[in-house]
Amino acid sequence: MQEKSKSWLQFLLEVIVLVLLFTLVQYALSAGLVNQSYQITLTSMCINVILAVSLNLINGFTGQLSLGHAGFMAIGAYVSVIITNFMDLPFIAGILGGCLAAGIAGFVVGVPTLRLKGDYLAIATLAFGEIIRVVLQNIDYVNGPAGIMGITKLTTWPWLYWAAIFTILIIVNLMNSSYGRAIVSIREDEVASELMGINTTRYKVLAFVIGAMFAGLAGVLYAHYFYIIRPETFNFLKSFDMLVMVVLGGLGSTTGAIIAAVFITFLTLALQKYAAMRMVIYALTLIIVMIYRPQGLMGNKELSRKTFSGIWGGRK
Amino acid sequence: MISRRNKKLAFLLAMMLVLSIFAGCGGQAGEEEPGGETATIPVGINVELSGAVASYGSNARDGAVLAIEEINAAGGVLGKQLEGLQRDCKSIADEAMSVSAALVGENIVAQIGPLTSGNVAGSTPIMMENKIPLIAPAATAANVTVDEKTGETRGYIFRVCFIDPFQGTLMAQFAAENLEAKTAAIYGDTSSDYAKGLAAYFKETFTEMGGTIVAEEGFVKGDRDFNATLTKIKGSNPDFIYVPGYYEEVAPLIKQARELGITAPIGGGDGWDSPDMISVAGAEALNNTFFTNHYSSQDTDPKVVDFVEAFKAKYNKEPDSFAALGYDCVQLLVQAITEANSTDPQKITDALANIKDFQGVTGKMTIDEQHNPVKAGVIIEFKDGSQTVNTRIQP
Amino acid sequence: MLEFLQQMINGLSLGAIYALIALGYTMVYGIIKLINFAHGDIMMVGAYVGFFSITLLGTDIVVAMLAAMIFCAILGVIMEKVAYRPLRNSTRIAALITAIGLSLFLEYITVVILGPTQKVFPASAFPVKAYNIAGLSILNKQVFVFVSAVLLMVILQYIIKRTKTGKAMRAVSLDREAAVLMGISVDRTISITFAIGSALAAAAGVMIGVYYQTINPLMGIIPGLKAFVAAVLGGIGLVPGAMVGGFVMGLLETLVMGYGNSLYRDAVAFGVLIIILLIRPTGLFGKNTGEKV
Repeated sequence: MQEKSKSWLQFLLEVIVLVLLFTLVQYALSAGLVNQSYQITLTSMCINVILAVSLNLINGFTGQLSLGHAGFMAIGAYVSVIITNFMDLPFIAGILGGCLAAGIAGFVVGVPTLRLKGDYLAIATLAFGEIIRVVLQNIDYVNGPAGIMGITKLTTWPWLYWAAIFTILIIVNLMNSSYGRAIVSIREDEVASELMGINTTRYKVLAFVIGAMFAGLAGVLYAHYFYIIRPETFNFLKSFDMLVMVVLGGLGSTTGAIIAAVFITFLTLALQKYAAMRMVIYALTLIIVMIYRPQGLMGNKELSRKTFSGIWGGRK
Repeated sequence: MISRRNKKLAFLLAMMLVLSIFAGCGGQAGEEEPGGETATIPVGINVELSGAVASYGSNARDGAVLAIEEINAAGGVLGKQLEGLQRDCKSIADEAMSVSAALVGENIVAQIGPLTSGNVAGSTPIMMENKIPLIAPAATAANVTVDEKTGETRGYIFRVCFIDPFQGTLMAQFAAENLEAKTAAIYGDTSSDYAKGLAAYFKETFTEMGGTIVAEEGFVKGDRDFNATLTKIKGSNPDFIYVPGYYEEVAPLIKQARELGITAPIGGGDGWDSPDMISVAGAEALNNTFFTNHYSSQDTDPKVVDFVEAFKAKYNKEPDSFAALGYDCVQLLVQAITEANSTDPQKITDALANIKDFQGVTGKMTIDEQHNPVKAGVIIEFKDGSQTVNTRIQP
Repeated sequence: MLEFLQQMINGLSLGAIYALIALGYTMVYGIIKLINFAHGDIMMVGAYVGFFSITLLGTDIVVAMLAAMIFCAILGVIMEKVAYRPLRNSTRIAALITAIGLSLFLEYITVVILGPTQKVFPASAFPVKAYNIAGLSILNKQVFVFVSAVLLMVILQYIIKRTKTGKAMRAVSLDREAAVLMGISVDRTISITFAIGSALAAAAGVMIGVYYQTINPLMGIIPGLKAFVAAVLGGIGLVPGAMVGGFVMGLLETLVMGYGNSLYRDAVAFGVLIIILLIRPTGLFGKNTGEKV
């Protein structure tokens, strides 16, 4: 009971924390306290958070192994650039268009493939992701393999930050709803949940489409920050990178996905000097983490106020 | 539960919107003063050391490092030693941008690399914003140095290599005039914008000169089996086959073409230039093949001979064109620093834009107003396992 | 017609290589349900071992292939012991991530030690001859690749069907718990599976070296992916499926390149895979086992 009466207060606290964090970084940015290298890292961080959290919805919560997330990111990126740079429409139209296109692609890919299970689904989504890339490579309208260069920089800190927060909120709220419980039940036991009268296909497709839309959003933000997009950027290795973040953070843990995304982004930056050795270090990190903590950093638990109150020795 | 959550969400979204509007008014970050008095001259080497094109990046890096060592051994520039800061951009454009930003933070006076046009594009906005020159060893796409939308030259971006139109046109003329080809097949690397560019200009010029393109096929980077497409091309029986791409794919391709009994002359661009061409394809298969290049590594010009010897001594391998171009990037930069008599990036940029008759390993070059090098081209023919200069074309 | 036959010959040699790699994928998958993404990179290591055996030790191609197979068999066993065994009872996705980690590790440790630039297999190791039979051009290296691949597959089939070890492998793959109760050493059987699969990949690596002449640290990625697709195509976990899948993949790619648009080769290969999966989710040869509740 206490929980409920306090919930508005806590909510307000959350909002204040979020806004404070935003304003703090915004101030630091405008005061020139953050050098360019960290500005880019900050951008990659937000984009990676969106990708990891959205892939976690599919892989972690729904338990459907998807290896085609980069394909949806590519669609979001390309469609939005066509809207903003070729058609000269405002950024918001690009964002909506990119997300919508990625969502539709998610639906088209998801409906037939989500009947498949486990590794078959993994390979089918990987195949779709690669097909998207090959098709982009052969479309002259978007310059084929050379990609689109000179994209107007429209992605700014407010967009990045609130897009990431928006993604997290939508997914956290989805998972706390009856939809979320249905989705988790699919992961736990698909046959049983079907027997309980849950239309598993519908929920799997729903999760897949939402995940794809946010991958599209990440693509939009990526394209309008990094100046150039090429089909090659979105190959299956990119999907692997996202999967690594999700598993490293802990399948089915949104906070885990966030932490892992931030960690991987900084790791990448820190290792720039080490040439090929960086990839060896990265690989070893993966292997060691998996051997000693196969459930990922967070397992399927969330980092929340409760975790902290536990640490402070507060009431249970 | 849900409705309350939704209310919260709506409230939060509204907050976001309001805040974002305020945030939009924020000013831009101030710029740091680059340069300053340092003991060494830091030069960024932002190249692909891992990922798909790691072999090009590391070869260019080797060339650049050799040049830096030679210059330092000879007393450096303006009495200071050059310091090469090597960074890996993973063959990804966004990483190239991130690396450039990190290098700018280390007060570099100029950046060498990345190799591919796409990765240079990733690096471009950072260099432009910070007004620090970038010298690209091998980015051949026309829009690397020129903004296609406005037609303006990108002020801080330079290169030491040919641009796509030059090589494609050159080979088309050579095929039509010297080889008297009436029909040609194009079989290029479609995953590379470089090869696609060459193919497009070859096609344009060749058809303008009255020739016919009888087949257009493509392979992608990493392919090693070309038999199927070659069998198809053989059926169309062209007088000439144009194979723009890099030696890693082209060498086995030519070998397989000859094994299938294709005897037509085959031509390509500077991506062919590597000692591996002969060791993979073999001397016999390479007979009757031609490629456009800046120079020949078997040139007797002392500058070339010295470079090849020094490279072999240091790395125990023969330099390919990337190594030579990486070497020239550093040499060009040094000439610019000397002419500017300053390590100020802006002054170096101005000097770079006015470079005339710079004698590099890959030929004598003058930087034009679009920041492209104007340099002589050669058509090199493989004859029984050695490169011979067939035709020299002055710009 | 002549051109078509020529394309078939091209496709069969390509398919033989895919099939050899696919076999390793499918064996490992069959026994521990793991997509061993590092498998393509084991092939790469095999190619390098073969290369150094020829260039540094001066061995001939057969010895080089055996050396590569032995080296990679040991490597496979070590990989399984160090990286996969601790994860045997955790989620499959954790094992998958480890496989991706191992794949990157093998690729970039090779880059660090030997450099990213390609190495050229000496032509003298396998002098190429072309035979002209009724207008068809057949190369001795095509024959070599095809024959040795088929030979290895026959040996493998013998091991699986006729030996005790093979019986143990089939038992573990069918029901691990029951196999333990029958007194089969699961650890040993899995080790042997990795050893055989890796040895086959190494053989494929040396063949690629001979066939295409160049090897580089990243050469395993694309053939690995294609072979994996081939394994799924045939029905993952099934040895005959992997062989047929490999050949189908090789022929399919060759036909797309020869008669269709070569630019869409990969898209067609993946497209066929998706269609097969949708019509027959367990692959061409897979049996549709009902789900246990």
